[in-house]
Amino acid sequence: MNPHEIVESALAQCTVDDMTVLCQEHSQTNLRWAANTLTTNGVMRSLDLTVIAVAGSGAGRAAGVASASVADVSDVTAIVERAEAAARSSAPSPDAADIVAGEASDDFAQHPAQTSPDVFSQFAPALGDWFGRAAGADIELFGFAEHDITTTYLGNSAGLRRRHVQPTGRVEVTGKSASRSRSTWAGRSTRDFQDIDVADLDTQVRTRLGWAERSLSLDPGRYEVLLPPTAVADLMVYQYWTAAARDAAEGRTVFSKPGGGTRIGERLTESPLSLFSDPQYPGMQCAPFAIAHASGSTESVFDNGLPLERTNWIDHGALSALGQTRHSADLTGGALTPMIDNLALEVDGASSSITDLIEHTERGLLLTTLWYIREVDPQTLLLTGLTRDGVYLVEGGEVVGAVNNFRFNESPVDLLSRVTGASTTEISLPREWSDFFTRAAMPMLRVADFNMSTVSQAS
Amino acid sequence: MTKQAPGTIDDEFLALPLQALADAALQTARDGGASYAAFRMERILGSSIRLRDAEVEGVNDTEDVGYSVRVILDGTWGFAADVDRSPEAVVRTARRALDVARVSAPVNTEPVDLTPEQAHQGTWCSSYRIDPWSVPQDDKIALLQAWSRQLLDAPGVDHVDTSFLAVKENKFYADLSGTVTTQQRIRLHPEFDAVAIDPASGAFETMGTVAPPVGRGWEFLTEPGYDWADELGQLPGWLVEKLKAPGIEPGRYDLVIDPSNLWLTIHESIGHATELDRALGYEANYAGMSFATPDQLGTLQYGSSLMHITGDRTVEHGLSTVAWDDEGVEGQMFDIVKDGVLVGYQLDRRIAPRVGYDRSNGCAFADSPGHVPIQRMANVSLQPVADGPSTEQMIEGVDDGLYIVGDKSWSIDMQRYNFQFTGQRFFRIRGGKIQGQVKDVAYQATTTDFWGSMGVVGGPDTYVLGGAFNCGKAQPGQVAPVSHGAPSATFTQVNVLNTTAEGAR
Repeated sequence: MNPHEIVESALAQCTVDDMTVLCQEHSQTNLRWAANTLTTNGVMRSLDLTVIAVAGSGAGRAAGVASASVADVSDVTAIVERAEAAARSSAPSPDAADIVAGEASDDFAQHPAQTSPDVFSQFAPALGDWFGRAAGADIELFGFAEHDITTTYLGNSAGLRRRHVQPTGRVEVTGKSASRSRSTWAGRSTRDFQDIDVADLDTQVRTRLGWAERSLSLDPGRYEVLLPPTAVADLMVYQYWTAAARDAAEGRTVFSKPGGGTRIGERLTESPLSLFSDPQYPGMQCAPFAIAHASGSTESVFDNGLPLERTNWIDHGALSALGQTRHSADLTGGALTPMIDNLALEVDGASSSITDLIEHTERGLLLTTLWYIREVDPQTLLLTGLTRDGVYLVEGGEVVGAVNNFRFNESPVDLLSRVTGASTTEISLPREWSDFFTRAAMPMLRVADFNMSTVSQAS
Repeated sequence: MTKQAPGTIDDEFLALPLQALADAALQTARDGGASYAAFRMERILGSSIRLRDAEVEGVNDTEDVGYSVRVILDGTWGFAADVDRSPEAVVRTARRALDVARVSAPVNTEPVDLTPEQAHQGTWCSSYRIDPWSVPQDDKIALLQAWSRQLLDAPGVDHVDTSFLAVKENKFYADLSGTVTTQQRIRLHPEFDAVAIDPASGAFETMGTVAPPVGRGWEFLTEPGYDWADELGQLPGWLVEKLKAPGIEPGRYDLVIDPSNLWLTIHESIGHATELDRALGYEANYAGMSFATPDQLGTLQYGSSLMHITGDRTVEHGLSTVAWDDEGVEGQMFDIVKDGVLVGYQLDRRIAPRVGYDRSNGCAFADSPGHVPIQRMANVSLQPVADGPSTEQMIEGVDDGLYIVGDKSWSIDMQRYNFQFTGQRFFRIRGGKIQGQVKDVAYQATTTDFWGSMGVVGGPDTYVLGGAFNCGKAQPGQVAPVSHGAPSATFTQVNVLNTTAEGAR
């Protein structure tokens, strides 16, 4: 059965007032390696169906949601029946709204796109060669390459039919000296692995392990830091996840205004930076319509299919939008700005490359990645975490050696006000969150007074 | 060997063509030259109920049914997973697994060699009384709403977030050695989190229940065992007190740590640090490595001589408890730290022989039918001292310190040295007495310094099995449930930060 037929079959069985059906076909292939040898690998395929049944009308509308993997036609009937039973027995849904009207898109009946191990046909042999070169250079490589294609079919009883093919890929490599006393990392996100240049990753790993041949000790304290795009992405993605308009309006987040309301309109930084999401962003295209399997503070099952377009969350330094559903927009009186599955940060006038920015830094710490980022205080969005796989001291525009790792305590919102320099924006892989969020385009940021709270002995 | 525990496996799972698909997959693998092959079919039911201020925000039921075939062909792993339950599809999937092994062989420089395990046949069910799937959804929602409403109606409480998660996990495993096992586990986690806001300043604080996730059924909420009435009754008062409490003065303090907080410190600084795959470097790109390297087995002074850490996959109601793991190895109990010294690791069949073990201790786990089994955490626990003190007696023994209850924020470095934890509530101890709450507390230490400072370990009456549903590891990412037992314990002169000061300039 093709996914579009499953959607039509489910809708044809609808006996409640409204129904939205999401059918997603996933195919995935991966390679994982450690110490210059393969450790695990696999190919996977799955087909999942979510049925959102809506019973009742007006203020009495209630949604019932059921999700399951699908192997045959009888599974579809069972899922529809479960969703309908839940809708009929549920109390009215606070976020009830009309389902999203619309047309059928032309591509709806097309088969899902699928990936296979063939996607690695150029990459895998190049990786094998790299293992050999690395072993010869006393370098151990550890890493992961993954390619996933999810094809989403969304249909509802109001006639809307949408299809979206989402390729997601990434490669990450940790390189260590043979004694494992020096460590560094390189990562890329990709849609098809055609743009992954193993030689480029190799150069990055060798350069940084070379920098670490001279090691220095530094005490905890506040330092000017050069946050590479992956680290900026990890911080901005966490901030994005906490940017629910309703939570802010209720006084429960960093974006709450004391006394009530949100901080929308407030200037967060003098830096002319803009944080935005755009389903059409070249190289990180994502679904141009809302997909929600469950309701929460930033998504509503009733909103499935809402069109999405570029949204500025921070506009030239001022907070300009927070994540909204139709329900939360009603409650908070804000514009309807649903969350989107990519995130970009751009600084007006930034024209430096990453190399330029390092060369124009008098004294600072160049980081490789951040790790184990967790929220310490929601009031300020204070986050803790560690530097990982290389902290390098820059003096007079040159890297002079590697220093110890640190635990940091910092708020991404607050550090935006301490930006003293930025590179141009590039697509980058958020290292910590890449299981959940891979589509980020970020600059390198130079930030003053970054709080390195204690030293970590990890190397 | 066979095992039979009380409880019965769901008919819906047993009705799947388990043995027939296994036979087809294993025969295909055998014919293809595999030296090891395993067929694993799983059904995982998930139930999530979320309330916001006692109103239903989202209810979602999920069901994941699928299978995988894992092979070793000429010393290289191959793995393939699918959902199509036709005999042709399972044969195709087994062939795909063999193909993956062939394609991967050129990048495999270390032939896979598994420790032996005798064949097992049997069925096993985890220990629960009331299957949450047998309770009408409305009844579950009604109970959660009533308790949420009670909190919301209490003075000073502005918001209440409620979450209820339940999982039912069925696994069928068969391999070429003749092992055939069928298992069913149930676990659930109810959480209530209250928020208080000071309208004038905009300051807010939260406080959540510390009731642990458990390998039990719906009876955890409705029958004697956990004192929900006491916790829900006291929570609003604790929250209001916290909002008004003074911030902690940063410095060094003696800490009496409650099991509701200590389980997470055990998880991060011992549980993960003694996973052999991490110590060998298999996780180096993702979760990281470990300071506790195999060359220090038997000599590393992990902590004070009071420290006795065990790993087990056997404790009743444990979230990591199974009868057999996902490589067909029987669940066991073993020592990890004894008298303060590192004496053992958590193993699977591939990594065990790397440091000379001749049998895996049964820590292989895959979180879903589509994922490869990897070494995952046993229930790793700190054993109480047989005649150890009560928590009250431990507090009486502290002159200038803090009593820390409940887990919250956690973070540890890539080799498990430097950690920082917060908590739900922090009581100031002066002269052996509790003197109200303080707030903005985080404790930060290096693993061996911290465990070396453990001066008192509580008795069996203080012991609680805590844990988590959501331990992350591996690429592609896998999520595992695990329990950690802990008594209360006292740690001397631990570095305590003020988190507001950390964020200030």
